[in-house]
Formats: sequence, C-alpha cells, structure tokens
Amino acid sequence: MSVPEDRRYSKEHEWALTEPDGLVLVGITDFAQHELGDVVYVELPKPGDRVTQHAQMGEVESVKAVSELYSPVSGEVAAVNEDVKNTPELLNESPHEKGWLVRVKPDDPAELDSLLDAAAYAALIE
Amino acid sequence: MADAPLHTTVLHDNHVSLSARMVPFAGYDMPVQYAGVLAEARAVRTAAGIFDVSHMGRFAVDGPDARALLDWVHTADVGEAMPVGRARYGFLCNESGGIIDDAIVYRLGEERFMIVANAANAEKVFAWLERWLAERFPGTTLTDRTAAIAMIALQGPDATSIARQVAGFDSDTVRPFNVVETEVMGAPALIARTGYTGEDGVEIMPASETASTLWRALMNAGAAPCGLGARDALRLEAALLLHGSDMDETVNPIEAGLERFVRLERDFCGADAVRAAAERGTVRVLAGFRTAERGPAPRAHHPILVKGVAVGEVTSGSYSPHLDTNIGLGYLPREASEPGNPISVDVRGRQIPAQIVALPFYKRSR
Repeated sequence: MSVPEDRRYSKEHEWALTEPDGLVLVGITDFAQHELGDVVYVELPKPGDRVTQHAQMGEVESVKAVSELYSPVSGEVAAVNEDVKNTPELLNESPHEKGWLVRVKPDDPAELDSLLDAAAYAALIE
Repeated sequence: MADAPLHTTVLHDNHVSLSARMVPFAGYDMPVQYAGVLAEARAVRTAAGIFDVSHMGRFAVDGPDARALLDWVHTADVGEAMPVGRARYGFLCNESGGIIDDAIVYRLGEERFMIVANAANAEKVFAWLERWLAERFPGTTLTDRTAAIAMIALQGPDATSIARQVAGFDSDTVRPFNVVETEVMGAPALIARTGYTGEDGVEIMPASETASTLWRALMNAGAAPCGLGARDALRLEAALLLHGSDMDETVNPIEAGLERFVRLERDFCGADAVRAAAERGTVRVLAGFRTAERGPAPRAHHPILVKGVAVGEVTSGSYSPHLDTNIGLGYLPREASEPGNPISVDVRGRQIPAQIVALPFYKRSR
C-alpha cells in the first residue's frame, strides 16, 4: 500500500498536500480506494463551497456501497477535479495523483499539523 | 444468528490464498471480490470466470415417488416432459402462490434428481421437500449433498472450451439446460449447462475432495476467479432475479414477470393462486429501468416515483459495466411499467431521472 511522504493524512483516509501556492490538494488514500473497490460515482462540493476539517464534503460510491468523504482541511473550495466526475476509476488507478478531488484555500495552514504524517498513517492502516 | 460461526465452503482456502475479500453471505464466509468487481465482470463477458457457488443447497431426490414430489413442488414440468439429462428452472410456491425459492431441478436418471436451492433458502427448501415427502410422496429418499459435492460456475464465451480442456465437457451434446454425469479429476461429477450471468457456461458439481484441484486447473486454463460482487452485477444485467430481493413469498411468479417458467395447466402446489393471478392480471409487475446518466446508483428500497409520486421501490440496483450507467428492477403499477416511461428514483433525497426499459439489460450475441 502506497503512502507518499510528501503529504498529511486524516484518520478518515483522506490526504492533504500543501502546494507551492499555499492551496491544499485533497484526495483519498491508496488504502481507501483499495477498501472501496471499483469507484463508479463521486459527489464533490462546488468551487466556492465551504468545507470543514473532519466534516463531510461529499460521497464516493463503489459498485457495492456508498461512503462519505471528509475534508482533511477547513477552507473554501478553489477547484474541483472534473476528471474524476467523468472518470471515477481515476480514484482507483491514481488515488494520489490524477484522482485528486478538490483544491482548497485553507483558513489556517497550521491546521494540517493536526493530521497524521506518513509514518503515523502507515501505522494506522497496518 | 449474527453471532453464529460462519460456514465455509471446501474452496475457502483457495479464496484466502488468492487474497479475496471475504464477507458473510447466507451464513457462509464467501469471496465478494478478488481483482475487483469490474475486472471480474469484464472477464466473464469477454473470456471466462469461475465462481464458487458451493454455498448453494444441493439435494438429491431419489426413488419411485421422486418425480411426482418434484412435479408437485416445482412450477416447471419435471414430469413426463422432462427427459433424463435435462434441467429446468422454476419456482417452489407456497399454497398462496408466493415464491419460497427459485431452483433448478436436474434429472439424472428415471428416479434420480438433484435440486439446487439458494443458500439463504436451503434449510427452508429442504424442510418443504421433507414435508411433502411425509404427506404425499413416501417413496422418496431426500439427501442433503451440499457438503459432499462442491459447485463451481464456469461462465463466459470461453467457458465451454475451458470445460472441454479441463473436464472433457462436450458442448455439442450437452446443450443449454442439459446435464451430464461424468468424471472430473478422477471422481464422479455433474456438469450442467446452466448459470447466472447471462453468458454461456457450465456449473460443475465435483466431489468435494477434488474441488480445490479443479478450481486451480480452471484458473490455469484461463478462467478468472470471480466473487459475489461480479455475480450480482452480471445477473442484474441479464435480468436474472435474486430471491430475497426481487421476489419472495409475498409475490407470485406472474407479478415477477416469470410466467414462462410456470406450466399453468399443471397441478402443482400454489397452482390455483398462480392461475388466478394469471387470469385476472396483476396490479403490479416487475420492471427494469436505467438512469439517464452515471450518478449515484439506485439501491434496494429506494423509492420509485412517477410524476413525483412514490409508486414502488427498487428491489435491485447497481452500476452496469455493460451499459456504463445505473440499472435497476422494481415493482410498479402495470400502467407505469411500459418501456419508455419516464420515472425517477429517490436516491438519498435526490431525484434521479430514469426510464423504463425492456428486459434484459444485457443479452449476449450468439
């Protein structure tokens, strides 16, 4: 199971990656996509929507079940990955790269310090 | 019940060694997926897949009264019109015509039959057979062979050639809904040209001791291991109903749109009620629908609406890999069930537009 070291993780199996411009890229982890199985539908917030850390921001549906998506960061949605809405299998094929979900303008960049680092997340899913 | 230890099939170790995801199903610890539901469904539609269906109930019905007993409890004609070597799909109905289970009966000899029941209904079906044996058909021997015989469904366009290679199966003589007694891996086995995916294929019932070897041989010949997830998606595309979801003891075969599996002129348990339903017509009928686009999938028990008014609910719903949209089944008033009719499905508070379509959703090209 891949756990890149360049980002932080929530216990709800989302990742948050701070980009050079200060925006935070958000997605689900490799572990999460593996647990979900084939993703067939993703419901995401819209640009401009508010998201709150550890609160629901959308849902992801696999062939067999529906799961809630939680934001790992509080702030305003700056962009949404339109590719995953049309090609949900990107979440399975590339959860850490092409399958990103939203880009968030964080209220407080320090909020990410409360998330797990790669080692702690790897231990969580052990 | 929830805390009862799960049964395992004789292929359980095979599933675990393939890193299958295991789930409880009808009291058994069963594989829901191996590589993934969509990849497995694709394998069955384009090549071949194998499913462990050993959790289903296999009951031998033998003796001078065996045929009459099955003729009485089953809606298809398993009497004179069913020669040795044939299989028939149909229903076991209660006295009110409600569907206790759907089951295939296999005729192996003049006085030798096998009936295969759904895992969730196996105990109920066995008890039902025992009851009629005691009341009316004493010259019958009923034997539960579920543990002694395994069952592997080999399905897909390559299934019969793999069956030929691995098990010496002759698809020229064993036509669809035929069954043959043979030897597989050096032990007695049945091979039936039946299945639950909408593809050509066979269901092999080998002696349990040889099942694990056979499973590996089928994999080596190119069949992909497939779990309950793919099985459910494939059977829904083929509009093959699932007992407990799409039908149960509260509906009769006419309402379920399955009159073709009922010989109405015959005398079978529940026949009067089923005949009456066929004559007066039913108020509701099972219909299929597809959504206009990909989106949240309709699931069992989601309300179905016509012009904003709830008229029924979904009995089965899923993403369809074949159609690349969502599909489902549900009971609707007859006037709302015509193909082309617009409906909507309430999926967790959102009204998803859909349209009634003719069944099945998927039909293989021959």
